[in-house]
Amino acid sequence: MTLDAAIVDPIVRLIWLGGAVAFVIGLSRMSSPATARQGNLISAGGMTLAIGATAFWLVVLPPTGSFNPIGWAIILAGIAVGGGYGLYSARTVKMTAMPQLVSLFNAVGGGAAALIAIDEYLRHTGAPGLQDNVATVLGIVIGSVTFTGSLIASGKLMGLRITPSRPVMIPGGRLVTAALAFVVVASALYLFLGNYSVAVMGAILAASLVFGVTMTLPIGGADMPVVISLLNSFTGTAVAMAGFVLNNPLLIIAGALVGASGAILTKLMADAMNRSVMNIMLGGFGGGEGTVGAVAGPGGSVREVSMDDAAIQLAYASSVIVVPGYGLAVAQAQHNVRELAELLEGRGVDVKYAIHPVAGRMPGHMNVLLAEANVPYPQLREMEDINPEFDRCDVALVIGANDVTNPAARRPGSPVSGMPILDVDHAKNIIVIKRSMGRGYAGIDNELYANPKTGMLFADAKAGLAELISAVKAL
Amino acid sequence: MSIDLAFTIFVLAILCGVAVISKVPATLHTPLMSGANSIHGIVLVGAMIIAVTADNPLSYLLSFLAVAFASLNVVGGYVVTDRMLQMFRRKPAAPKADKADKADKAEGRP
Repeated sequence: MTLDAAIVDPIVRLIWLGGAVAFVIGLSRMSSPATARQGNLISAGGMTLAIGATAFWLVVLPPTGSFNPIGWAIILAGIAVGGGYGLYSARTVKMTAMPQLVSLFNAVGGGAAALIAIDEYLRHTGAPGLQDNVATVLGIVIGSVTFTGSLIASGKLMGLRITPSRPVMIPGGRLVTAALAFVVVASALYLFLGNYSVAVMGAILAASLVFGVTMTLPIGGADMPVVISLLNSFTGTAVAMAGFVLNNPLLIIAGALVGASGAILTKLMADAMNRSVMNIMLGGFGGGEGTVGAVAGPGGSVREVSMDDAAIQLAYASSVIVVPGYGLAVAQAQHNVRELAELLEGRGVDVKYAIHPVAGRMPGHMNVLLAEANVPYPQLREMEDINPEFDRCDVALVIGANDVTNPAARRPGSPVSGMPILDVDHAKNIIVIKRSMGRGYAGIDNELYANPKTGMLFADAKAGLAELISAVKAL
Repeated sequence: MSIDLAFTIFVLAILCGVAVISKVPATLHTPLMSGANSIHGIVLVGAMIIAVTADNPLSYLLSFLAVAFASLNVVGGYVVTDRMLQMFRRKPAAPKADKADKADKAEGRP
């Protein structure tokens, strides 16, 4: 080899630095809609460079002194399997199912960080220095909690039977969680005192894996976005810990960057729902723990509206605001809603969409779904922007949205109190397309439905919209 | 790399992460989370390092899983984020140009 460490090492380190810079620039560009896509590409470019430089470094200067063919076979096979599945799933996933896929990617990222820490620990023959020891334990703990926690979150979003989206109360849940935390802390202290024990590390691993499950199960599906974002921040931290274990600056920088930005993002998401992160993590929202307010059921005061009446109201309105919610997303009705909107616009009706910050499954998810259906971006209005316009709008068409329209949020004493809502009740007429009088995630009745201005159209979002479209066409 | 240097880098990178994400429109929360999610796929670098230094079957198994997991994180993360962001592309012929401009200003776009 003509290349020696004195030349290769600094070059590889500089390329790593370039990768880290690309991540920072990429993240900052992703904070604005106009530059977001470019930001993601810059970040991907930095990633490719950093991984390429690492491969070059490991070939030219093998850390063990000689080329390791089995190691390289494993790297290539791993990249083919993981990368291939990643490419396939990311390309084919339906946009409605995208949040659970992101959670899965987060799970494996945390899993990889934990595996690295486990492998490094097994290579020691005696206790590593305190700093290494702390980083290894933290890498294993955070990585494993993220791994199982994100898998459960993903399962909840998919609505698997073993992981229902409603909060699952584990018998003696708090006690179990506390006991697991105690096992982790006590075992970690034992190792930090200079003891080397694979069995104790195994106990930490097992307790952390179970902790991820017991932490996530009691949290309701509506809060999953915040949980996934928090776990995303955890994974960043676990990767930084793996960086400490391997003494690698790039892992430390990228991990810390994601850990910090993920934490800020988690807080932004929680703020949009007017919840505290702590409150969410303690679970219990949407059932259990007596949070269900004793609001009188709307009962007989609910008025049903016929398909033809609804079509007439919409077609002869001068302005309509569509309020899409999760029900629209699950029914995959985003294309139908666009068709209806175009039909109405053809008749001279002004149509806008009111997007609540947490509409859909994740903040911003509804924008993605509607954009997928080719709804022009300028028609999508955020809550603060659209709320004053409800006073002037003739018809508010609520499709599968519930808690985010509940006027009860303006008063104290309800589980949704203080949550910012769309002022749908200010519209002259309200049409609600909904499958039943079922409750939303907050588990309370929506006073909007009892409003005399409200007409209920009981139908699945997709079927209801299709009928509405033909009714408007028939006018 | 000494531990105090590593810790210095760690703390500065945290501050950098906090500074970069100050105000983000809710629209971009999901893509941004997904984008940050892809960045921690950098753990692939670590997985590659443990794979080439492995010397026993268990270590090979662990590093294979780590490489596969990390690659799934990287490739899937970037591709799905790009798919989300692709949808924010403006339609070529925006029907009401003046309205689009107004919305742009509200969003803080140029």
